[in-house]
Amino acid sequence: MTFTVVRGQAPPARRPRFGRHLLLCLIGLVMMYPLLWMISSSVKPSITVFTDESLWPAAWDLGNYPRGWTSLSEPFEVYLVNSLIIVTLSIVGNLFSCSLAAFAFARLRFAGRKLFFAMMLGTMMLPGHVLVVPQYVLFDKLGWLNTYYPLLVPHFLATNGFYIFLMVQFMRSLPTELDDAARIDGCGPFRTFWKVIMPLCRPAFATTAIFTFISVWNEFFAPLLYLTDPRLYTVPLALRQFMDSEGQSQWGEMFAMSFVSLAPVIGFFIAGQKHLVKGIATTGLR
Amino acid sequence: MTVAVRRQDRAGYLFLLPWFGGTLFMIVPFFASLYLAFTDYDLLTPPRWAGLANFRTMLGDATLHQSLRVTLIYTLVSVPLSLAVALAVAMVLDRGVRGLAIYRSVYYLPSLLAGSVAIVMLWRYIFGYNGVVNGFLAWFGVQGPGWASDPRYALSTLILLHVWTFGSPMVIFLAGLRQIPAMYHEAAAVDGASSWRRFRSITLPLLSPIIFFNLVQSLIASFQTFTQGYVISNGSGGPGQSTLFYNLYLYQKGFAEFDMGYASSMAWLLLTVIAGFTAINFLAARWWVFYDN
Repeated sequence: MTFTVVRGQAPPARRPRFGRHLLLCLIGLVMMYPLLWMISSSVKPSITVFTDESLWPAAWDLGNYPRGWTSLSEPFEVYLVNSLIIVTLSIVGNLFSCSLAAFAFARLRFAGRKLFFAMMLGTMMLPGHVLVVPQYVLFDKLGWLNTYYPLLVPHFLATNGFYIFLMVQFMRSLPTELDDAARIDGCGPFRTFWKVIMPLCRPAFATTAIFTFISVWNEFFAPLLYLTDPRLYTVPLALRQFMDSEGQSQWGEMFAMSFVSLAPVIGFFIAGQKHLVKGIATTGLR
Repeated sequence: MTVAVRRQDRAGYLFLLPWFGGTLFMIVPFFASLYLAFTDYDLLTPPRWAGLANFRTMLGDATLHQSLRVTLIYTLVSVPLSLAVALAVAMVLDRGVRGLAIYRSVYYLPSLLAGSVAIVMLWRYIFGYNGVVNGFLAWFGVQGPGWASDPRYALSTLILLHVWTFGSPMVIFLAGLRQIPAMYHEAAAVDGASSWRRFRSITLPLLSPIIFFNLVQSLIASFQTFTQGYVISNGSGGPGQSTLFYNLYLYQKGFAEFDMGYASSMAWLLLTVIAGFTAINFLAARWWVFYDN
């Protein structure tokens, strides 16, 4: 018997590890069960979704996918493309505007820097619902209802302090000698930003991009508010239509399209886990 | 020297240009909504000054009181509950479990999905009359109600949905637990402190700033819950107003009835409530949050 003292915690009173793993696996099963049930229901005939309790379908109906794809007012690829356009431009906007602001806060000295930084932290706590009525009025006056501008413009204006904060934290961890060396070599602030700092910030940018992807992909309130034309709908708005046609009880199709809507998020999660975990640990973002 | 400083100033402001725009885009609406809160405004005709009329109406608006109740219950139950689960699971994982990364990922994934329409719709069926939960209860001979469609239980299903997202505070707690020097535990163990005693006197105080941070953030977010109530009730806040979250009612008032003056005064009431809770949090922090430096 070997004593493994894990980081010196607890005197090595060996607990049965088996019990702990059993507990952790059980929690994991509870956490995953809703998703597994959804995937399983997406390949069952609609009439057996609530009668066939097994996760492994007794009868299969893969036709849920093609039928669900075309069962809403537009074919599903329209919604996927709409969401993809909004998500891509939002990522570009956040990376652009937040990195500029973060560079100023982290690396430049100018009058009012501390005040502005405090304001930025303040806006992070500001509940968005207080702003929504006047912003809606503004977008209405600009004639931007039923366009993507209300969803995109805020991302190009660095309104999400979390991403700025994340990048500031990251940039502060880079040695200032880099900036000094660049200045001696004749770089102005813009060249320093573009040639020296930007390339080193890739991990922070990856975190920002993944979080932006997931939050914008799931975003429901703003599209609900600003988009009323079904051809402009994003994936969440489109999915919601299944609730209106509930009487038809096409559950299999609904779960099939639900899974299609979640698949990109799950994919991004698997691809970008490392950045995500690091990102929430440093900023408390979720 | 001064020339160089001023050039730095100018560069700083140039880099902040988009951010200045964004800040204006928040500050102006902030005060505009304060003004609108004292007006009668339907978007078509210019706002008319109404004094305290909106606030007087709010005093007698039973639906508003119900939405406040729903939001308060949801917040005050689900936030502490999910933080407690997050902390408990983080402590189990922190003891050097093999396969930590896998467990962490599995627990964390739901946090990324829970805000989506797909999951809230799914919840409605899992907690439906014929749903998975009742299927499970049937093994024990219990016939459960249609949880999501029963006014007594509908909100509880959404509280469980919130607890399902304990993974994101858990990851933050895990990172915090890593920072606690092992020697504190060693020294206490040598002195004969029990594991409960070490939790109370070492882990909890050293983790308290992180718990505090999570608490403040979750409360602010939770007060603004919208999607869950909207999707599970298909926009109505039903059954029987049991999932009528404050922001859902605000949405109905402002953007279905276009009573934007009233919606603005509602927004400011909620802001006051959130600010109040946050202030209480910060005041109470003096007693239990411990900064080790």
